[in-house]
Amino acid sequence: MNDTICAIATKLGIGAISIIRVSGKDAIQKVNTIFKGKNLEKVESHTIHYGFIMRENEIIDEVLISVMKAPRTFTREDVVEINCHGGILTTQKVLERLLSIGIRLAEPGEFTKRAFLNGRIDLSQAEAIMELIESKNEKTRKIALSSLRGSTSQLVKEFREKLKMIIASIEVNIDYPEYHDIEQMTKDKLLILLNELTEKLEEIIIHSKNHQLLKNGIQTAIVGRPNVGKSSILNHFLEEEKAIVTSIAGTTRDIVEGEIQLGNLTLQMMDTAGIRDTNDVVEKIGVEKSKQLLKEASLVLYVLDRSNSMSEDEKKLLDTLNKDKTIIVLNKSDIPAKIMREDISFPHVVYTTTQTLEGLQELKQEILKMFEQEELEEEDQRIFLNTRQVHLAEKASELLEEVKKSLQKGIELDMISFDLKEILDTLGMITGDTYQDEILDTLFANFCVGK
Amino acid sequence: MYDVIVVGGGHAGCEAALACARLGQKTLLVTGNLKNIADMPCNPSIGGPAKGIVVREIDALGGEMARNIDKSSLQMKRLNTKKGPAVWALRAQADKITYPQKMKKTLEKQKNLILKESLVEDLIVENKTIKGVVLEDGTHIFSKVVILTTGTYLKASILIGDQKKSEGPHGERSSLFLSDKLKKLGFSILRLKTGTPPRIKKESIHFEETTLEEGNKELLTFSYDSNTSTAYHLQIPCYLTYTNEKTHKIIMDNLKKSSMYGGYVEGVGPRYCPSIEDKVVRFHDKERHQLFLEPESMYYDDIYIQGLSTSMPVDIQEQIVHSIKGLEDAVFVKYAYAIEYDAIDSKQLKPSLETKIIENLFTAGQINGTSGYEEAAGQGLLAGINACLKLQGKPPLILKRNESYIGVLIDDLVTKGVKDPYRLLTSRAEYRLLLRDDNADLRLRPYGYQIGLIDSKRYEKFLTKKQDILEVLEKVKKTKISPTKELNDFLQQIGSSPISSGISFYELLKRPEFTIEHCKKWIDLPYQEEVLKEVEIEIQYEGYIKKAEKEAEKMLALENVSIPETIHYQNIPNIASEAKQKLEEIRPTSLGQASRISGVNPSDIAILSIYLKRGQYESKRV
Repeated sequence: MNDTICAIATKLGIGAISIIRVSGKDAIQKVNTIFKGKNLEKVESHTIHYGFIMRENEIIDEVLISVMKAPRTFTREDVVEINCHGGILTTQKVLERLLSIGIRLAEPGEFTKRAFLNGRIDLSQAEAIMELIESKNEKTRKIALSSLRGSTSQLVKEFREKLKMIIASIEVNIDYPEYHDIEQMTKDKLLILLNELTEKLEEIIIHSKNHQLLKNGIQTAIVGRPNVGKSSILNHFLEEEKAIVTSIAGTTRDIVEGEIQLGNLTLQMMDTAGIRDTNDVVEKIGVEKSKQLLKEASLVLYVLDRSNSMSEDEKKLLDTLNKDKTIIVLNKSDIPAKIMREDISFPHVVYTTTQTLEGLQELKQEILKMFEQEELEEEDQRIFLNTRQVHLAEKASELLEEVKKSLQKGIELDMISFDLKEILDTLGMITGDTYQDEILDTLFANFCVGK
Repeated sequence: MYDVIVVGGGHAGCEAALACARLGQKTLLVTGNLKNIADMPCNPSIGGPAKGIVVREIDALGGEMARNIDKSSLQMKRLNTKKGPAVWALRAQADKITYPQKMKKTLEKQKNLILKESLVEDLIVENKTIKGVVLEDGTHIFSKVVILTTGTYLKASILIGDQKKSEGPHGERSSLFLSDKLKKLGFSILRLKTGTPPRIKKESIHFEETTLEEGNKELLTFSYDSNTSTAYHLQIPCYLTYTNEKTHKIIMDNLKKSSMYGGYVEGVGPRYCPSIEDKVVRFHDKERHQLFLEPESMYYDDIYIQGLSTSMPVDIQEQIVHSIKGLEDAVFVKYAYAIEYDAIDSKQLKPSLETKIIENLFTAGQINGTSGYEEAAGQGLLAGINACLKLQGKPPLILKRNESYIGVLIDDLVTKGVKDPYRLLTSRAEYRLLLRDDNADLRLRPYGYQIGLIDSKRYEKFLTKKQDILEVLEKVKKTKISPTKELNDFLQQIGSSPISSGISFYELLKRPEFTIEHCKKWIDLPYQEEVLKEVEIEIQYEGYIKKAEKEAEKMLALENVSIPETIHYQNIPNIASEAKQKLEEIRPTSLGQASRISGVNPSDIAILSIYLKRGQYESKRV
């Protein structure tokens, strides 16, 4: 990792200028050996120079070279960028020439890795780059970008600053015990401050989890008595024959998964076995699975056959569903109805006729409405980006709750101060400000520094 | 030829010289004025939060400060009693005549120790090793080790308003040449500043206008071995008064006349002990500042105005003091002044307090950039101990951050360095819950005994105490009590919830409202007060203590990864260049120390850790 690396930094296109980036401690010196023009080792940092890339006496390409000296570069190492003019083939030749003088081809993301390891970006920003690469839609891309610009770091910093202020005001009373004129931190004052912190933190955790939904997909369960049309809905959504559609009750025994893209939302569709009392061993397992799925799902589509009255089983199930995350789909709306809107006290109801595909568009709109209600404001894009970060934030939030309990129990403030420091450290782990073995693990897992 | 020469007779010098002489080294203490040994040129008190615990630690290790203050205190106070035991601390008002007198007597009586009055002007150095000192009259004195404890005397200047005099406290001669010599040897020199408030005549104060501040009436001692203190018998009070708007106006109107704001001072002043002009400027919205009127001695009438440190010219000082309630007619005995002095960059020291540049040269106290008598004494003691260990060919005593405040102090000095005079604060100790006033002996006395500063008689007394603590712990764990009406009535009475089934006293003691004193109603506990208190603290705060211990273990895991002296940071890939530079400058001895250097980030530590691990792996394979 002490070596100098290079890669083509622009997309290879016809006729366009391509840029090759070189980074490392020998970048300037090595490129200089194949450059005909000014002596690059003697030029000022952040300047551009005209000349030629040479092999012996042969000109490979006419180029412009930017020389940027550490530390004010993307990687915090010496960086040289070569603007090649001769098209794809020539660019490739320049790259080969660089490799021939002992510059190594960079691995994917290696420039970023160096930027992180050299301390130009923190852990949350490095994670943002990975998210950026992996982001599937415009929204997650935007958020990853904002985090890369330091929005998550800033968020953590603000929380930590507030905590530091609180700790400092406890500490000053300890070190200057007889200066009664200094404002005394009290249990009640502290409780108010901690409540404010918890509230804010919780809010961001919720935003972050919503973002996780956006990113990882919304677990969507379709449930309903056999033969009410749920497989047809599913199939329409998946637009392929993945689930078996038949009119014999009890055939959909397996939970089928498929992913669909609905605007900015990714839905993970899961068909469920019908939920009813059964003696069939295989079906029983399916029923259990379905119940579990309903609990975990973020969206439940409950399909009812409108042409029949609700069975006891169906009514029972209706009572167990969470109204905020369920959409009631009243299917077979073309046949005289036996279930009325008044029978169902759920806010989200959609009428469909699967045979004619009627109402399915409305169903999609309803789903979008449910999850897109909270359009994240620019300000709210400051969130915790991945599971690791959310997990740490949740731990901090739990610790805050514990501190409040300790305060109620009458634990002295100088002890509480320790608990607050623990929270400070927990939050610090998000950005990598706190040293922890976990960070070491992260380093090992994502970058092979050991080699 | 001496084994050890100690240069300076302040609080650091006294501890260093005593420790060396007691450990059998032929020791010479050279100081500018023998009458000023263990002088207290600033506040007439010893102890306070963090500092008081340092004094207890000095005693646990076999130093002198605690025993000496117990023989010369005017008033004793236990501070922070409304907070947890981790921050309880003792503070004594010291008699400025008796304290130095008693200390000087101890030094004079000490075998192996010779006192000499002179100024040291140069050091004899050969092959980067100290060989002795040169006195002002040109005399060469040779020794194996030299400990510099020059306090504020290196190029000292006293400032009052626009007046600047080249002298130390009490008009003593300043040491004009030594710091230049140190600079030549390769030490970076810092210019620091501190200050002291005015002293006024006791009979000119209207005490009836002020608030009485008394000490604790109970018998409190700093030393684990003292059985009495003069404070207990004397009970001399202090008084409290305040500055007011008029005072603040005088200060603001004349700000430019002060040495500080007039631009006459080059040194950096302590953030933690600001002058009154600093306080008024920085906290201009505060209507008043507290001032404590403290007696300096039984033998003269000076009163020290704590909180009124200033570098204003004398006429303004008079206006300021006279504007204060109770001090309208105050007669000055001594004007306040600021003092500037040279110190060395403490990052040039090893954790043993030996300098990195010159072998066998140690430094301790204000020369290392600290402020305070206690900080000085703690360093002096450790410098003395480590000088002796070095002479004996043994590894140094490095106190860890989880075992003493002195350890925190020295680690901060050698790892972080100082920008302004360093004062110990409880908040500097991340494991302060383990570093309590009550357990300094449990933490450190075994070291004192091993080194030889604690004799077997004192050590046996300590072992008995330790044994007693274990016995009491055992007893309260084993003894159970059933939910009798008597017990439940009692619990209700002290605001605790009743019990429904049998429970051990250990469990009961976990309740903050149930004390060891309460146990005595049911169990016979014929033990000393301090033993019982120790058990109570250990049980009541068990959860927090365990947490702190766990944290400390994490730190120790890093601390135990030592960094070889031969390491080349330039060769380690991926460590940020700023971090490389800092690591190169400080050359930490362990990964733990490295992690505390500012400018070295967690990712640098992670990389360094991998590098070290791989190094071990490779060297094993070879």
